[in-house]
Amino acid sequence: MAGSTIPTLSNWTSDVVAKQRFTDATSELERLEMELLLTAIYRHHGFDFRAYAPASLHRRIRRHMENSGVPTISRLIELVLHQPPAMQRLLHDLSVNVTAMFRDPSFFLEFRNTVVPLLRTYPTVRIWHAGCSTGEEVYAMSILLEEEGLYDRSRIYATDMDSTVLDQARQGIFPLARMKEYTANYFLGGGKRSLNEYYTAKYDGALFAPRLARNVLFTQHNLAMDKGFSEFNVIVCRNVLIYFDRTLKDHVLGLFSESFATLGVLCLGRKESLRFTAFEEDFSVLSAREKIYRRNK
Amino acid sequence: MSGRYELVVIGTSTGGLHALTRLLSSLPGSYRLPILIVQHRSKDSDERLSGLLRVASRIPLHEAEDKQPLEGPGVYLGPPDYHLLVERDSIALSTEEPVAYSRPSIDVLFESAAYSHGSGVIGVLLTGANQDGTRGLQEIKLRGGYVIVQDPDSAESGFMPKHAMKNVLADRVLGLEQIAAELVVRASEAGAR
Repeated sequence: MAGSTIPTLSNWTSDVVAKQRFTDATSELERLEMELLLTAIYRHHGFDFRAYAPASLHRRIRRHMENSGVPTISRLIELVLHQPPAMQRLLHDLSVNVTAMFRDPSFFLEFRNTVVPLLRTYPTVRIWHAGCSTGEEVYAMSILLEEEGLYDRSRIYATDMDSTVLDQARQGIFPLARMKEYTANYFLGGGKRSLNEYYTAKYDGALFAPRLARNVLFTQHNLAMDKGFSEFNVIVCRNVLIYFDRTLKDHVLGLFSESFATLGVLCLGRKESLRFTAFEEDFSVLSAREKIYRRNK
Repeated sequence: MSGRYELVVIGTSTGGLHALTRLLSSLPGSYRLPILIVQHRSKDSDERLSGLLRVASRIPLHEAEDKQPLEGPGVYLGPPDYHLLVERDSIALSTEEPVAYSRPSIDVLFESAAYSHGSGVIGVLLTGANQDGTRGLQEIKLRGGYVIVQDPDSAESGFMPKHAMKNVLADRVLGLEQIAAELVVRASEAGAR
């Protein structure tokens, strides 16, 4: 080993270049494998992830591989094609089901102050909650509407592509351990009573009053693949479009546009917006901070 | 003419406000590469952080928004309660689970930069009191990127840089002013791609 280990500058430079070529070729191969995987999932199982935002999707795929000990994407493709349970597990890991009651309390406060007065002028209120996951935000919205005296004339369509999270949402049981956080959020969001008036503690769960789901229809819907509904006064879709690429985001915004009643209200997540989309001109801003928009027609 | 590097990603935790203020004020306003920053912050953190950094930075500074195009110069700060990631040509945010109690997480930003920009990434890890960033720097290094770690002796909290140095072969270990100078040099390096 001794003796000839001191690299000359030209050796060093060509090493760097060689390493770079190696890594860039590796990533080219990974891109190909990723593309084949998404095609396999779509063609064989019908779930279309091809237009999802790659950075976070690829991260979820890599984490799934780590957790299930799958060494390469090619191996994962084989599992997806030949072992149905493997696909179920992958599907579960690919959907993002992180949610909370009254996440971003200032949004709910702004909704009470800005959107509720508009809704009071309508005889019936139709709301589409797109990408509702396990339902925490839907129950939060029901509570808000009840406190504002609007719940009885409201109808909420709560949709998600994953039927297992909808089953959870229908039950209305959320971890008791999170009620402290949700209670704080509830107050910051303009809550008028006390959050514990809405649930019964049972073991480690908080069972929310069934009346909060009485006017809610939980139903499976895939924003990437299915058609829209019609005549909604409000569409809530917070932190869902961030998982789509620009093309799919525009497609879904188009779907929403077709699903609005006159002057419908669109609520997005705090750090997403209609900027950089084809629909910016079609909406006016009701709250720039909370990303609440109103359709111009 | 495009250069060797395309993107700078910076991660920091405890002591980060002071370190970022000094680093950003040492960079020229005309700095060529986009800079993405994760500073650990609580989910209730408000816009004061970006306000303070904006005053210090001569480069225009934004709180990152989802799908914001990454065209040319600019400093983009990861917003509270979201992970900050990067695509080929734009910013991406995510509300996935916190990683090691952090959202935004430094590892998430660094890894996504390594995957999307490969050998075009410069990763910089500054002061902090936890282990976030080490894994991300490993990924940047593995994919041919350039790794700079703040000299632990110059850091308000040296734990995070030290932890990274134990696990990644850093290209440079420097104080804050020298990091700024190094970033300027790397940004002008000619392209090998």
